[in-house]
Amino acid sequence: MGLHRLSVEELQAALRSGECTPAEIYASCRAAADSAQPHIRAFNRFEDGPPPPRGDAGSAPLHGIPYASKENIAVAGRPLTCNSRILANYRPPYDATVTERLRAAGAMLLGQTNMDEFAMGSSTENSATGPTQNPWDLARTPGGSSGGSAAAVAADAVPFALGSDTGGSIRQPAGCCGVVGLKPTYGRVSRWGLVAFASSLDQIGPITRTVRDAALVYRELAGHDPRDSTCLPAPVEDPLAGIEQGPRGLTLGVPRALLKEGLDREVAANLDEVLARLAREGASLIEVDLPMMRYAIATYYILATAEASSNLARYDGVRYGVRAQASDLDEMYRASRTRGFGREVTLRILLGTYVLSAGYYDAYYRKASQVRTLMRREVVAALSRCDAIVLPTSPTPAFKLGERVDDPLQMYLSDVFTVSANLTGIPAIAVPSGLTRAGLPLSLQLMGRPLQESLLLRAARALEQVCGFAALRKARQPLPGEGVPA
Amino acid sequence: MNASASRWEAVIGLEVHAQLSTRTKIFCACPTQFGSRANSQTCPVCLGLPGVLPVLNRQVVDCALRLGLACGSRIAPASVFARKNYFYPDLPKNYQISQYDKPLCEGGQVEMMVDGHPRTARLVRIHLEEDAGKSMHDQTGGTTSLVDLNRCGVPLAEIVGEPDLRHPEEAGAYLTALRQLVRYLGICDGNMEEGSLRCDANVSVRPTGASTFGTRVEIKNMNSIRGVVAALEHEIRRQGKLLDEGGTVNQETRTWDPDRGVTVFMRSKEHAHDYRYFPDPDLVPLHVDEAWLARVRTQLPELPMARLQRFTAQYALPVYDAVLLTESRELADYYEDLARTLGDAKQASNWMMAEVLRLLNERGESIGRFSVRPPAVAALLHLVKDGAISGKIAKEVFDEMVATGAPAEAIVARRGLRQISDEPSLTAAVDKILDAHPGQVKAYLGGKEGLAGFFVGQLMQATAGQANPKLANQLVRAALERRRSPA
Repeated sequence: MGLHRLSVEELQAALRSGECTPAEIYASCRAAADSAQPHIRAFNRFEDGPPPPRGDAGSAPLHGIPYASKENIAVAGRPLTCNSRILANYRPPYDATVTERLRAAGAMLLGQTNMDEFAMGSSTENSATGPTQNPWDLARTPGGSSGGSAAAVAADAVPFALGSDTGGSIRQPAGCCGVVGLKPTYGRVSRWGLVAFASSLDQIGPITRTVRDAALVYRELAGHDPRDSTCLPAPVEDPLAGIEQGPRGLTLGVPRALLKEGLDREVAANLDEVLARLAREGASLIEVDLPMMRYAIATYYILATAEASSNLARYDGVRYGVRAQASDLDEMYRASRTRGFGREVTLRILLGTYVLSAGYYDAYYRKASQVRTLMRREVVAALSRCDAIVLPTSPTPAFKLGERVDDPLQMYLSDVFTVSANLTGIPAIAVPSGLTRAGLPLSLQLMGRPLQESLLLRAARALEQVCGFAALRKARQPLPGEGVPA
Repeated sequence: MNASASRWEAVIGLEVHAQLSTRTKIFCACPTQFGSRANSQTCPVCLGLPGVLPVLNRQVVDCALRLGLACGSRIAPASVFARKNYFYPDLPKNYQISQYDKPLCEGGQVEMMVDGHPRTARLVRIHLEEDAGKSMHDQTGGTTSLVDLNRCGVPLAEIVGEPDLRHPEEAGAYLTALRQLVRYLGICDGNMEEGSLRCDANVSVRPTGASTFGTRVEIKNMNSIRGVVAALEHEIRRQGKLLDEGGTVNQETRTWDPDRGVTVFMRSKEHAHDYRYFPDPDLVPLHVDEAWLARVRTQLPELPMARLQRFTAQYALPVYDAVLLTESRELADYYEDLARTLGDAKQASNWMMAEVLRLLNERGESIGRFSVRPPAVAALLHLVKDGAISGKIAKEVFDEMVATGAPAEAIVARRGLRQISDEPSLTAAVDKILDAHPGQVKAYLGGKEGLAGFFVGQLMQATAGQANPKLANQLVRAALERRRSPA
């Protein structure tokens, strides 16, 4: 029946009509995941089976829907390694709020997914357990850091997955893998149980195959949580209510000045083509000027590394991972951390320590915080003139495995268009928008007003419709063994 | 005083950490009780497990606001929690959440009594932070260290004083006043031995009369007010001697060794940490509005210095007595309760100073646990006032009240201590005595008036000491006068 290929909404319809049971969906997804796993290595581990059926389950909003969770989101009693050696043996005694919410909503965890160590990276190559491959081209990365989650959804192993997005870690891999990735407004989804990378930027969000599914899952994730002081108390609107209103009446801002350099030609052409289609369908296009965005990458790598250097200080060999034998305490710290952290994480801890150091704080951290404030003002002003800002998710389609591992700057530029939404706290979504001639997914990003996910999702749905990606998805070459009826 | 002490003037500033007595910790719901089994009062938040987040306990803010308002500090409408980054095994996150460049309270002052005179010392700031755990190192030569994280996340107010103190005794008075204040406010039990009040001292010396500061040394590990005074005395002597000998004072941290009575080098300024403070992104700025302040203000008790002044004015108490009676809120309440019930502030204060404080001292008890409450004492003192018992008997009765818990009346009745104040029967007894001693009567009437005491003594003997002494005296003299032949 190919249940694993169905979207969340389609599965809900199939469940309602009695065509299938949660157990059948789970089995179908698990079989698809098992067959994809040797080729893409999206999962770190799988659950033993579906959770026991619940009495009241029929009415739960995500009843019977399997999902995958990035392994930096706590599930009580399950590993929470963040794909780092330093957390190799760690199992949290508590659930993340999103884990609790999804369980309450009836969703079924299928497994936990691979990621760049501590979510630091744009290719999943920084995983201590090895990279994930892109289901569209096994020689390419799925993007990162939520590469495992994006690949699992793209390979039709699960209808949705959770990712976390600190500088684009949901949207960029979603873009690389031809799926939808939503980073909600900062504070819209509780961070309780999300292992912190950069606390003021981290946000959990859904990765799905359709915009409507993203809205469905978002609706369950969002909302106040007293355990997270930065979680916003504002009520959550139903994002599905107006989602089908189409492009007509939408005003979309295009930051042309930002898009002059460094953009892959096919990415640039796709943007123009999609914009033209949106305009034909009744959307108004305006140009927005976002000069501060030029500083986004620099600002991001100062603030994110500063916070990371402090957030990751607790992994010191005293409580987690392997404790190195050493002659004194400082040496034990040094040896345990040197052994426990990978290269990129070490680099970022060092950078972050540096920018917070006495004598450098003002030049780096303070300055970056000020730039951040200006960026926020600038983007909020731009969004008062339009409903959403449109730009590519990433300057290039999925790149080859190994291509950027020795060039951190090139790697960092993968996030040039995504970090600004994190720095400014606004919601943003990556939507598949076409295929390159070589058959790789292209993706456009929409950035919206704070807490106006409903409007953002409506615009994203309009964009999805004019792009018609649902049909293009079928162009993906099946993985070896994929599509063989179970 | 040696020559060195007069040439050099000390400049002292204290940093006091007060453990706030909230039921739960500052960023989680764990209990704060002292002395529980190691690591039993912990949760994922105070253990700093991956993925957890702190949530500020607003009771902690209430406590700090009480202190800030009591000291007349400026309360910041928005203050910020920062991370103080350093590695240590008793700090599970390897950073401490502490207010840094935007503290809750700035300025203000501590009012204190130095040698019976009121003085003030200014505050720099009062800020909130979380406590760390406790490391216990193997003292037997082994290399094992154990960590107890129960204290991790216990709320602290750090009270940073200006360098306004000039003598170790002033530092002692400052700490005494601060401890009294936090106890009055009910925000800290003030117990220095248990570490709920901790003090670090910064001290430098300079030529007497100079206006610039010398190089300052920080002293740690003093766990009593007496220890602080002793450590400062030693350190000031040490610095003075160094300078006298042409040496220089190094900026360093020293630790007080109470057994040897000396401060010992710990670390130099060069080895000071770079704490890499930055605002904690897990916590939003703390906003305190007027309504919050107004609510806390209405909860403030009368402060110790105000109460002291009122006691001297309202009850005409000497400063010395007022200082003692306002030492704690409970003692002052006790006194006022007694004075009110008795309707005699003077008699109440005399009794407090002479009897209650004596017994508390003897028994090593605090007034809160003292079993005889003011109404019972007032009942006793009413017996004295009414002449039913003498002041001397009252002390005996009081001791028994404390020992047995019985009311004064019952003790007096059971032991037959009531004075005989019945005039006719006493007069009859006096006449009998005079009849029995005609010689002495004659002598008295002949001018030996000192013999009145003899007759009173006889009367007391005849009444087994229960005759009201004042009345006995009166009646004896009257009876003797009656026997004088009319001139």
